[in-house]
Amino acid sequence: MNVKRFTNFSITQATTNGFLIGALALGTVSLLLVLLGISPAAIGYALINGSLSSWLKFSHVLTIWTPLLLCGCGLLFTFRAGLWNIGIEGQVVLGAIGATFLLRQEYSTLPPWALISLAMFCSFVGGALWGAFAGVLKNRGGVNEIFGGLGLNFVAQGFILWLILGPWKRAGIASMSGTDLFTRELWMFTPHGWRVAPAALIIGFVVFLLTGLLLSATRFGLQIKAVGKNPLAAPLFGIRPDMTGLCAMAIGGGFAGLAGGLQVICVYHRLIPSISSGYGYLALLVVMLANYKILPVPFICLFFACLAAGSIQLPIVLQIDSSLSGVIQGACVLSALLVHGLRKRKKGAA
Amino acid sequence: MEITLSSLLAGIVIMAAPLVLAALGETLTEKAGVVNLSLDGTILLAAMTGFLVASKFQSLTLGFLVASKFQSLTLGFLAAALTGSGVAALLATIGVWLGQSQVAVGFALTFLCRDLAYFLGNPYARQKGPQLATLPIPGLSEIPFLGKVLFTHSAIVYVSFLAIPCCYYFFYHSRLGLIVRSVGENPEGCWARGINPISVQMLATIAGGALIGLAGAAFSLAVKPGWGHPQGCEGIGWIALALVIFGSWNPIRVVMGAYFFGLLQVLGIYFQDSFTSIPPQIFQVAPFPLMIFTLVLIHLSRNTKNRTIARWMRLFSGKPPKWIGRTYKQS
Amino acid sequence: MIELINIHKTFGKVQALQGVNLKAKAGTIHGVIGENGAGKSTLMKVLTGFITKTGGTILHNSVEIVCNSPADATRMGIGMLYQEPLDFPQLSVIDNFMAGADDFSPAQQRTTLAKLCDTFGFSLLPESRLEELTVGERQQLELMRLIRNGTKILILDEPTAGISEKQQELLFTALQTLKDDGATILLVSHKLEEVTSLCDTVTVLRQGKVVGEQHRPFQRDDLLKAMFDTLPEHNSPPEKKNNGSPVLEFNAVCSTVGRSGLKEISIDIHAGEVVGMAGVDGSGQSVFLKTSIGLLQPESGNISRLGQPPNISFGKKSRKTVFLPADRLSEGLFPGLNVREHHILATGNSVFLTSQKGLKKSQQAIDAYSIRGNPDTMIEDLSGGNQQRLLLSLIPDEVQLILMENPTRGLDVQSAAWTWKHLHKRLADNGAIVFASPDLEEIMEQATRVLVFYNGEILLDKPTDKTTYQEISRAITGQISKSPSHS
Repeated sequence: MNVKRFTNFSITQATTNGFLIGALALGTVSLLLVLLGISPAAIGYALINGSLSSWLKFSHVLTIWTPLLLCGCGLLFTFRAGLWNIGIEGQVVLGAIGATFLLRQEYSTLPPWALISLAMFCSFVGGALWGAFAGVLKNRGGVNEIFGGLGLNFVAQGFILWLILGPWKRAGIASMSGTDLFTRELWMFTPHGWRVAPAALIIGFVVFLLTGLLLSATRFGLQIKAVGKNPLAAPLFGIRPDMTGLCAMAIGGGFAGLAGGLQVICVYHRLIPSISSGYGYLALLVVMLANYKILPVPFICLFFACLAAGSIQLPIVLQIDSSLSGVIQGACVLSALLVHGLRKRKKGAA
Repeated sequence: MEITLSSLLAGIVIMAAPLVLAALGETLTEKAGVVNLSLDGTILLAAMTGFLVASKFQSLTLGFLVASKFQSLTLGFLAAALTGSGVAALLATIGVWLGQSQVAVGFALTFLCRDLAYFLGNPYARQKGPQLATLPIPGLSEIPFLGKVLFTHSAIVYVSFLAIPCCYYFFYHSRLGLIVRSVGENPEGCWARGINPISVQMLATIAGGALIGLAGAAFSLAVKPGWGHPQGCEGIGWIALALVIFGSWNPIRVVMGAYFFGLLQVLGIYFQDSFTSIPPQIFQVAPFPLMIFTLVLIHLSRNTKNRTIARWMRLFSGKPPKWIGRTYKQS
Repeated sequence: MIELINIHKTFGKVQALQGVNLKAKAGTIHGVIGENGAGKSTLMKVLTGFITKTGGTILHNSVEIVCNSPADATRMGIGMLYQEPLDFPQLSVIDNFMAGADDFSPAQQRTTLAKLCDTFGFSLLPESRLEELTVGERQQLELMRLIRNGTKILILDEPTAGISEKQQELLFTALQTLKDDGATILLVSHKLEEVTSLCDTVTVLRQGKVVGEQHRPFQRDDLLKAMFDTLPEHNSPPEKKNNGSPVLEFNAVCSTVGRSGLKEISIDIHAGEVVGMAGVDGSGQSVFLKTSIGLLQPESGNISRLGQPPNISFGKKSRKTVFLPADRLSEGLFPGLNVREHHILATGNSVFLTSQKGLKKSQQAIDAYSIRGNPDTMIEDLSGGNQQRLLLSLIPDEVQLILMENPTRGLDVQSAAWTWKHLHKRLADNGAIVFASPDLEEIMEQATRVLVFYNGEILLDKPTDKTTYQEISRAITGQISKSPSHS
C-alpha cells in the first residue's frame, strides 16, 4: 500500500514537472517569436507538416531518430555510472570510421549482408575503444571524463579529416565532400518510398530493449547504478568502481559507434567530415531532458527528431533559419534544469 | 603575396586577440571554482548581437544626430559584453545558486546560444556592417619590425594586450582577485572569513562572461568581420576552454597558449600551399591532445613519489582550483 | 566578557546542543572539554556564526549580539581557529594572511606578519605555499591572522591535534601572552593535561549539556568522571573464547594518512577476540581499520589478514571480511538504491534480476533484523539505526573478520544492545571483531581487549578485564606512556 502511494506520487510529480518544463520552454520561445513578429502557430504548422504529414517525411524523421536513440542508450549507461560522457560525439565518429574501414576492404568473397554485419560490428568496436580510451584516461591518467572526452572529440574530428583528405581520399582529388560512395550492394536495404532502412530501426529497437534489460534487470546494471550513486561504498560490496565505470564507457561508446555505423551504411553511404551530424551532443540534451531516466528517452528522441526534420523546411517556407529547432530543444533542456533546480531548492528548504 | 616574419607575427597577434579575451574570461570564471562550458555558444551569440547592434545603430539617425562609426562600434562591443554577461548570469543562477550541475547547464547553454545566434541573426547574414579600422599608434607603430607586429592593429587587439596585465594584476595584486582565488580553493574557508562564496562565484562568472562576450564581438566586428551561418568563429570557444587547462589556470600561461594557437593557425594557412598533404584542420585540433597531455602530467606530478620528477613536472603544470565545478552548499 | 545563555541547536532530528550556558571572562583561558560528539565544536561554531543557532542568546559585555555569519562575528572581534584548518593550501602564506582582510596592502601586511612572527617566535616565509607547511605552522598563521583582525575573543578547537611538541609550546606561550593582553580565550580540547595546565576555568559538556564547571585548582578525577559519565566500578566483559589462529597481523605498519597517521603499529589479533579501539577521533583508529580492509595502502610494514595481504576481494568470491564505516550513508551504502537492491548486491550472484529478485531475502532480513521499512524503501529514508541494522543484515554468513567504526553511533540504547547481541551471535569460532568506538562503556562491555590510540600510536593494549575506566581515560587523554604490548 505504502509502496503504491509513493509511486503514484512520483508519477504525478513527474507529470507536473513535464508540464511545467514544456510550458516554460514553449512559452518562452513563442514569446520570442511573437516579439519578432512571427506567428508561433505558423511555425508549429510548418514543423508538423515538415515531419509528420507523409510517410516519406516521417521515415526521414526516423533516420534521425535511430542514431539519436542509439546515442541516448549509450549515454544512459554512462550517466548511470555517474560519468558525463561528453566524448560521445567522437565515439560516433570512430564508429563511422570503423564501419568505413571494413567496407573499404576488398573481401568480395563475402556476401554483402555479411560485410554489412561485420561493418556494424566494427563500428561498435570503434566507438567502444574510443569510449574506453576516455575511461582509461580517467582511471589511469586522472583526466576528468568531461575534458578528456571533449579533447578526444576534436582528435576524432582531426582523424576523420585526415582520413578523408589523406589515405581514403577520392580517386583523383581529395575533397571535403567525403570518400567515394560504396557500391550499391553495400547500402543497407531500404524499400522504395522509405528513407530509413528497416534493419536500422530494428537495431534501434533491439539496443533500446537491451539497454532497458541490462540497466534495470541485471546485476551488472545494478552495479553500474550503485557505482554512480556512491563509488566509495562500492568496494565494500566487492564492486570495482573504476572497472565498472570503464565498462559503462565502453558500452556507451559502442552504442554511439553503432549510430556512426548507421550513418555510413544507411544514410550517406560514404564517410563525410560531418558524419556524426551532431547527434552525440543532441543525445546528451535528450538524456538530460529525460532527467536521466530510461523510459522517456525514445519519445524525447522522436520529438527532437521531428523538430530537426521539420525545421529543414523553415528557410524555404517561412524564410526562417532552421536553427529554430535547436533553440526549442535547448530551451526545453534549460527549463528542465531550472525546474528541477527549483524543486531541489524547495525540498532543501522544507 | 610575400610572407615576411613581421606580417606573420602580426597575423598571430590578430588571430589570438579574441582567443586571449575568451580564455582570460574563462580563467576568471574557473579561478572562482565555476566551469562555464557555454563558451562556444556564448561567443557566437555575442558576435551576433555585437554585429547587429553596431550595424543597426550605424544606420540610425536621430534628427540631426548621426551616430558616428566609433559610437556604433562601441555600442556593438558593449552589447556583446552584456550578452556574454547575461548568458553567464543564467549559468550562475542555475549552476551556482540553484546548485544544478554546472556542466549540464553550460552544455545546454552552448547549444541554445549557438542556435539562437543563427536564428536571430539570420535576417542579417552576409550583410555589410561596420568594421573596426586599424589604428596605428602614432610613434610606436614606426618602430621597425615591432611597430608592425604590435602597433598597427584595430582597437580590440590593443584591448587584448591591455587585458593581459590587467588580469594578472587583478589576480595577484588586488584584494578582489585574492578573494576570487580563495573562493575557488575553499569556499568554506571564505565563509569562515566573512566572505559569501556564492556571491563571489556569481559575480566572477558574470564578469568572465563579459570578457567572453567581447571575444565574440572581436570576431564579428574585427577579426572575421560580418555575420553568417557559419560565422567562422565556431569551435573557438572549445579551444579557449582547452587553453585554460593547457595553461594550468595561470593567466600568463593561458595567454601564451592562445598565441601558440594563433601561431598554429597562421602556420596552417602558410603550410597549405607548401604541404598540401596536411589539411589545415589538423592544426585546429592540436590544442586538444596538448590539453589531455597537460592533465595527465598534472596527475602524474601529484602522484609520483620521486621528488625531482615531481618538481620538474610542476614547472609544466599547475593545479586546478580545488573546488572547480563543485557546488558549495552552506550549512 | 562573553556569555552564552540557553543555547540550542538541532540538526534535523538530532539535538546537538540542549540549553548550554557558559560565561567566559576577559583575560582568562576558558577550557571546554567533553567526549567526541558532546557538542563542543558545534557550540563554538554557533558563537562564530559559522552555523546558526536554533535558540538562545549571546551577550558580549552584557549586550546582546547577533552572529548570523562569520562576518558578523569578525566585526564583534570574535575569531576561531577551526579543527580542520579552513585555509587555502595552494595559495602562499602571505595570500592566506591577507585573504578576507579589508585592507589590501601587501607591503604593510608583510611587515605586520613579520612583526607578529617576531612577537610569538614563529618563523614563516611569506612566499612559501601553504601546502608545504605543517599543520602546526598553518595554525600559527591562522592565529596571527585572527590577531591581526583585532580578535578579542579567540576560540581554539583542538589546537594541539597533529602538531609537534615544540609548536605546542610556542602556541601555549602565545596564548599566555594574549591572555595577559586581556583577550578572552576559549580552548576546546580532549586533552585533560593541557586543559588543566593552561586554563583558569573549565566547562564540561556531555551530550549537548553542561555537566560540570571548575575553577583552578582542578580536580582531575571529577573532570574525568563528568566527561565520561559516572564510571561504573565493575564491568562484565564477554567471555573470551580460546585464542585461535591469527586473523589480523600488523607488523611495523606506518601510514601518513589522516591527522596522525599510523606510527609503526605492530599487533596480532586472534580468532575469538572482540577488540575495542578507543581514542580521540583521528588518532589512527579509522586509518587502522581502512588499512586492514584494503581501502588504504600503508607506506611501510606488513599486514596479513586471514593469512593473505589485505586486498579488497572484488567479484563474486565469498567475502570473509566486512567493514562497516562510521558514516554509513556516504561511505557504506548507496543512497538512491532501495533495501532490496542492497541485498542483491551484497549476496547471491545471479546475472538476471526480476522485480521479485531478492524480495524474499530482504523481507526475511527486515523481519529478522527488525528494520523499520520495506524492501522498496530507499536507503536514505531509513533512520540511522535502521541503516545500521541493514548493514548488519548484509554481512555474509561466511564472514571471519568484522571491522566497524562506531557501530552504535546514532542508535538508541535498545538498538545498540540488540546490535551487539547479533554481532556476538554472528561471530564465528574462527572469527574476530575489531571496532572503534567513542563510547568507553561500549568497549568495556562488549570487547575482550581494548586498544587505545593516541596520535597514531597504541598507548594501551590490555584485556578489558585487566584494565579500568581510569586507565583508559588517561590513555585517551595522553597521560600514560606507551606500555609494552601484551601477548
